[in-house]
Amino acid sequence: MTATRAARPASKGTRGGAPPEPACASIRPVRRGDLDPIVALDARVTGLEKRAYWETLYLRYGASTRAEHQFLVADAGGRVVGFVIGEVRDWEFGAPPCGWVFAIDVHPDVRLAGIGTRLLEAICAGFRRAGVSTVRTMLSRDNNLVLSFFRSQGMMTGPFIPLEMDLDAVD
Amino acid sequence: MKLQKNTRLALYSVLEFATDPTRHISAAEIADKYDVSPHHLAKVLSELARAGLVESVRGVGGGYRFAGNARRLTLMDVIEMFEEFAAPEGDRREPGERTPVGQALGTVLSEIDEIAKATFRSITLATMLQLLERQQRVRRGPQ
Repeated sequence: MTATRAARPASKGTRGGAPPEPACASIRPVRRGDLDPIVALDARVTGLEKRAYWETLYLRYGASTRAEHQFLVADAGGRVVGFVIGEVRDWEFGAPPCGWVFAIDVHPDVRLAGIGTRLLEAICAGFRRAGVSTVRTMLSRDNNLVLSFFRSQGMMTGPFIPLEMDLDAVD
Repeated sequence: MKLQKNTRLALYSVLEFATDPTRHISAAEIADKYDVSPHHLAKVLSELARAGLVESVRGVGGGYRFAGNARRLTLMDVIEMFEEFAAPEGDRREPGERTPVGQALGTVLSEIDEIAKATFRSITLATMLQLLERQQRVRRGPQ
C-alpha cells in the first residue's frame, strides 16, 4: 500500500500565476486531464516526478467505475489544488471491509483553508455509500504534518501495528 | 502509560485554559476541580507562564489565561517541559542497560518510546479539545 504522501513545508511563492482561491474549491472525481497538475503537485511536495506511477493510479482508481475505488480532486477555478485516493479493502490483515486512504495532498499555497478536510470528508462519504463505516490510513511516524492533519479530523490510532524486516539482514 | 504528576497537572491546566482563551481562571479553581494541592499547582503554572503558554492576570479576579496558540501547541510541547525523553547517559543509565540482554530490551522499549513521541507530537491542544467535545457528546447521548 502506498503510504500517505509526505509533505514538505510550504514554499514562499507559486509558479504559473496567482494562487487559486481555496474557498471556491469544489471536490469532484478525477479526470484524465488532471494528471499533469497532480504529477506536478506531487513532484513539488516530494521532489520526485513519478508520472508512470500516477498513470497507473489513475487507471486503477480514477478510470474505475467501482464504488470501492475513489480518486477525488479539489478543483479551484479550474485548477487542481489537491487530491485524495482510497479504496475499500475486504478482510485485509483480518479486518472486516473498511475504507483505506492511501494518498492525500493539498497544494502548499492553499493549505490551512479546509481543502484537506473537504477532501477527506468527500472520500469518507464515498466509503459510506460503498457500505463501510470505518476509514483507516497509514503513514510514517515522522510525517508529523499529515499525522496532525488526520488527528485533527478525529482519527485515532487503530488496532494494528505495522511490522517490517530487512530481508538482506535475515540469515 | 503513566505521566509524572507535574506533567498531568500541566496538561490539565493548559487544556482548561485553552477551552476558553478569554476566560481568567484561578489556580484555586483548577486545584479544586482536579483535587490537587494549590501550592503544587502554582509551581506548575509558574513554569507554564515562564514558557509563555499562560499569563497571569493582575487586578480584580486575577488568575491566569491562555497565552498560546492551541492549533500549534502540541501535547509534546507541554510534556517535554516536565518529562525527560532523551536517553540517559553515563551514570544516569539503568543498571544492566549495557549488557546484551539490556540492549535487546532497550530496542523494544525504544519502539514504544518512538510511537509515544510521534503520538504526542501529532496532537495539538485544538485536536485534544475536539476529542474532549466528542467524548462529552457521547456521554450526553442523543438529544
